[in-house]
Formats: sequence, C-alpha cells, structure tokens
Amino acid sequence: MNSVLSVPVREETPFRRFAASFAESRMAVAGLVVLVALVLLAIFAPWIAPQNPYDLARLDIMDSRLSPGEQSGDGTLVFLLGSDGQGRDMLSAIIYGLRISIGVGVIATVLALAIGMSVGLLAGYAGGRTEAFIMRVADIQLSFPAILLALILLAFLKPGIGNIIIALVTVQWAYYARTTRSAAIVERRKEYIEAARGLGLSPARIIFRHLLPNCLPPLIVVAALQVASAISLEATLSFLGLGVPVTEPSLGLLISNGFRFLLSGQYWISFFPGVALLVTIVAINLVADRLRDVLNPRLQST
Amino acid sequence: MKPTPATAQSTAGTGQVPTLRVENLQTHFQTRAGVVKAVDGVDFTVHAGEIMGLVGESGSGKSMTGYSIIGLVDAPGRIAGGRVLLKGEDLTGYSQTQLRRIRGNRIAMIFQDPMMTLNPVLRIDTQMIEAITAHAPVSKAAARERAREALARVGIPSPDERLNAYPHQFSGGMRQRVAIAIALLNKPDLIICDEPTTALDVTIQSQILFEMQKLCRESGTALIWITHDLSVVAGLADTVCVMYAGRIVESGTAKAVLETPRHPYTVGLIASTPAAATRLGHARGQPLVQIPGMTPSLLRLPPGCAFRERCSRSSEACLEAPPVTRYADGSTLRCFHPVEPGAVARDLAATVS
Repeated sequence: MNSVLSVPVREETPFRRFAASFAESRMAVAGLVVLVALVLLAIFAPWIAPQNPYDLARLDIMDSRLSPGEQSGDGTLVFLLGSDGQGRDMLSAIIYGLRISIGVGVIATVLALAIGMSVGLLAGYAGGRTEAFIMRVADIQLSFPAILLALILLAFLKPGIGNIIIALVTVQWAYYARTTRSAAIVERRKEYIEAARGLGLSPARIIFRHLLPNCLPPLIVVAALQVASAISLEATLSFLGLGVPVTEPSLGLLISNGFRFLLSGQYWISFFPGVALLVTIVAINLVADRLRDVLNPRLQST
Repeated sequence: MKPTPATAQSTAGTGQVPTLRVENLQTHFQTRAGVVKAVDGVDFTVHAGEIMGLVGESGSGKSMTGYSIIGLVDAPGRIAGGRVLLKGEDLTGYSQTQLRRIRGNRIAMIFQDPMMTLNPVLRIDTQMIEAITAHAPVSKAAARERAREALARVGIPSPDERLNAYPHQFSGGMRQRVAIAIALLNKPDLIICDEPTTALDVTIQSQILFEMQKLCRESGTALIWITHDLSVVAGLADTVCVMYAGRIVESGTAKAVLETPRHPYTVGLIASTPAAATRLGHARGQPLVQIPGMTPSLLRLPPGCAFRERCSRSSEACLEAPPVTRYADGSTLRCFHPVEPGAVARDLAATVS
C-alpha cells in the first residue's frame, strides 16, 4: 500500500481496486458479460420475446412440436428454437423461464443471505449459549440433503413460486450463518472492534457498522455460488413437478415438459432450456470463482 | 493475598481531585484451572497533565489494568474488587451503558497495533465523525470540522484530503497519529495508551512521543502509558509504576524509579537495557545481565513475593507477601530487601564477574 502523502487520495478506492483485479481474468469478464445479458433478457422479457408464452389464448395446438426454424400455422411467427407440446414458442418460453429461474434464485438467495447473516452475526458476536443454539440448528439443517428437505417442505406447502422460495431459503440460510459466524469470530477479535468499543459505540453500531462490512467478502462469494445452486435446485424441483406452476414454467419445468419427447427425436423442447440453464449456471460460477479469488483474504494485501 | 489499604498520603499535597485514582483494583479470570489474578491489588494516582508509565513484562497485568479501568474486561474476566475513581466518580459500579458514555469521551484508549485499530472498510472521516456523534449531539459538518482540527493537531499534512482516505492509504506512523487524533476528539480527561509505539520504528516513535507529551501538557489530559520499554518511559513519563505478576512492585517519579531503583526486579529490568545499565554503573562491553527464569504462571503464583524465585536477594522473609513501604518522596515499594542506591553498581559488578 502506498504511504506517499502526495498521492491524490481519491484515485484508488477499494471498489476500483477490486474491479481492476476482477478484470484480470478474461473468463470471469466473459462470464459477467453473459450473465448481464441473461439478466437483461430476463428483465425485459415482455419486450424481447416474440410471443407471450403465458397467454394461453394465443397458443395454437396445431403449432405444437414444430422443429426449430418452422413457421407457425398462421404465418405470423417463426419458431427459432421450435415449439413445445402446446404450440408455445420455445425461445419465448426460455426467455420467460429465465426470468422465473433467475428471479427465484436471486430472491431466495437474498432472503437466505439476510436471515443467515443476521443469525450468524448474532452468534459470532454474542458467543456462548446463543451461538451454540444457532449453530446446532444450522448443523441439523445442513445434515439433511438439500433436495430432500426441499421436497419434504414442498410436500407440505403447496407448490408455487412463493413456497419454492421458502423452501430454498430454508435449505440455504445455514450456509450463510456458518460463513458469517466464522468471519465474525475472526473479525471481532481484531483490535479495531476493541477500539470501537473503547470509543463507547453501541453494540448495534459495532455489529452493523464495523463487524458486518468486514465479514462481507466471504459472504459475497458464498452468495454468488449459492445463486447458481438455488437456480439449479429450483430447476430440479420444477423438473420433479414440485416447483413452479405449469402455466408459468421455469427452465426446469420446460426441461421436464420436453422430457417425454426426447426419445422421439424432438430434442429441442428439453435441449434448449437445458442449454439456457447450463449457460446461466456456468456464467454465475465463473463470476463467483473470480470473486472468490479477488476477495480471498489470504491473497489480499491490506 | 491481603490487599493493602490505599492511603491518601501520596496525593494529599496537591489538594485537588486527581484525574484518575485506582485503589486496590483486582481483575480476576475464572478459568477451569483456577482463578487467574491478572490484576491483584493495584493502586496508583494520575493527575491532570501528568504522564504515568506503567511498565512490566508481557503477562504482568499492565494491559489488563488498562482494560479494567475502562471496563473492557471480557468474560470470564471480571473486576473482583477495588475502585476506579475518575475525578472522584467510581467507575467499577457502572453498567455497560454508563461506561459507554465514559469510553471514548472522558477516557480514550489507544491500542498497540496501528495497522489494526482502524476499521479497514470505513473512511477516516466516517470513523472520526462517528466517535464524536456517539457522545455529543453535533451536526455532521461540525463533527467533520473537529475531526479535521484533530488531524491537524497530531501533525497530519493536508488533513482535509486525508479525511477522505481509507486506512490502507496511510503508513503505520500516520495511522497511529490518526488513532491518537481519534482519542483526542472528545477532549478526554484521561488517555490510556497500550504500547502505542511498539509497532513503529524508532524515528516515528520519538515523533509520536514528543507530540503526545506536548498535547498532554497543553490540554491537561492525564496519560497512562503502558509499555515494556524503559527507554520510552525515561523520556516521557513523570511517574512510573513497575508491575510484576499483577501487582505494582515499585512506583515513584520517573527519575526516582529509573535512577535509584529499589526493587530487585526494577534493577533487573534496567540492567537488561543497554543504555540504562551503563548509567547504573554497568561496564561497557560486558554482557548485559538478564533476570533469570521466566514470569511465573499467574495460575500458580508462589506464596509470598511473586518475584522471590528469580531474585538473588530473596530470603525466608520473602515467603510472606511484602507490604507496601512508602518513602518520603512518594515512592512505594513492595520488597523486604530494597536495593540501596550505591549497591546497584556493586550488584551488577558481582553478577558479571
């Protein structure tokens, strides 16, 4: 770190340092570009997709299972990626499905992060019985396979977007709680926390203002990886028929829908949503991997 | 150990309430292996504008004394007895909420490692403003102005720009100056410095010592300087307390303690510092004399004088804890066999040959 007094102070903010370091990996930048494109597609789906796949009145059963590139019966639409069993344009369905998959993944991750981080910080800062209790609950939760726990939950709750988010949060909060706790334990022993106490700051202020920001780097990494895992878990649940409603299919449900036609050579109904899912998850993982490298405290020079 | 009742003798002359008066302070740690008496009956007084050096080896309880004063002792530790009087107010009975109003406001603390005492993710101005607004209903702009003044006072060039910097953009010495500036923000009555210059190189150290001394004299802030470095104390402090195994074994003015040490442990400490040893009559070129043995485990302190087993002067009498002897010049001593002024050189010569 520079100690030269004449260096202009505003030049190097931590964020710029971080961004420059992130950009050193081309794969990560490529991943980020793809990811941003996918997110934009998802957000602006109604304006981009050739067809509204949710508007069942517009679908024509005569257009079902057309192969990629064929035209619809009324000649208004070219099915670039083919159509599914109900005559839905696969491209549109994928764009809308992306919206649901990414949306569910991100919302579930943010909620799980908020919950896990809060209890993790509490455990790490308070210690003692509070910590023991919270961490044992997390241990119990983590000892169940994620898919099993989600299946059990969804068997009790009705399938639906809200409930699948609840299931994902239940499955994932413990990862954040563990990560936050271990980071908080390391950070709270550092002198700046002692110094903050020495300044007479209130515990809430110390936890949220001083402890939390210093625990964030590992959490960002875990969260980035968990978005991918949330998306794939949602896809799995939807594939098994316990996820999103049939009328608003996510990528997982689209794959499931085309599954029965695979052997009859109508690969596109499952294949293209599968590719979309794969690309999304790989892009997220590339970005998350780079984040891990950049934010790794052991590689960081403070 | 029977606590020694504190007498008012040493402060009677000044006639004013001392900034800090610690009476028979005891901080104990309840561990599975037994009770650790980290601080075991410590008495001292610091007046406004005065600098007190608290000297001792690692584990002698000097830092714990500092933490105990501001109530930052974590479980399993607790203050088991004694009083901490800040301008006559006893802080030991205060709740954490009450103590929070004192910390950073009337008593500030500066820590050892300047690399670690600033929060790496917050800008300097954020951290300084926070320290002000935590204790006084001041506007952000006014707090920022005060922060700027404080930075200027500790000799940081272009404080306006530096306020917007992050801690990693400062060097170690500069960071310690920032830490000092933060300590000064609320014009505390007392600053406790826990080895603040140990991690710095010598030139920076002397600059910081000089500035601290100046700031104390100017503002009338009392200072407790916790250190193991006698040369720092010699140049800085007005009074010195030497701690060993949780107790103050010798205290007095810096001149008295460093030039005519009475306790064998103080003599040993001085004799192991090259410059000071020479002053006491140690011959140049001879190997320095070290204190034999190690600091005893606080879990298993020998009965009587804790220094007994490492002391060349110990006798049967030392099996009992030595009482506090008070001298006319205000010095105190816990030893049955004080070293006479002339004897230091003789002792040194004897050990070397």
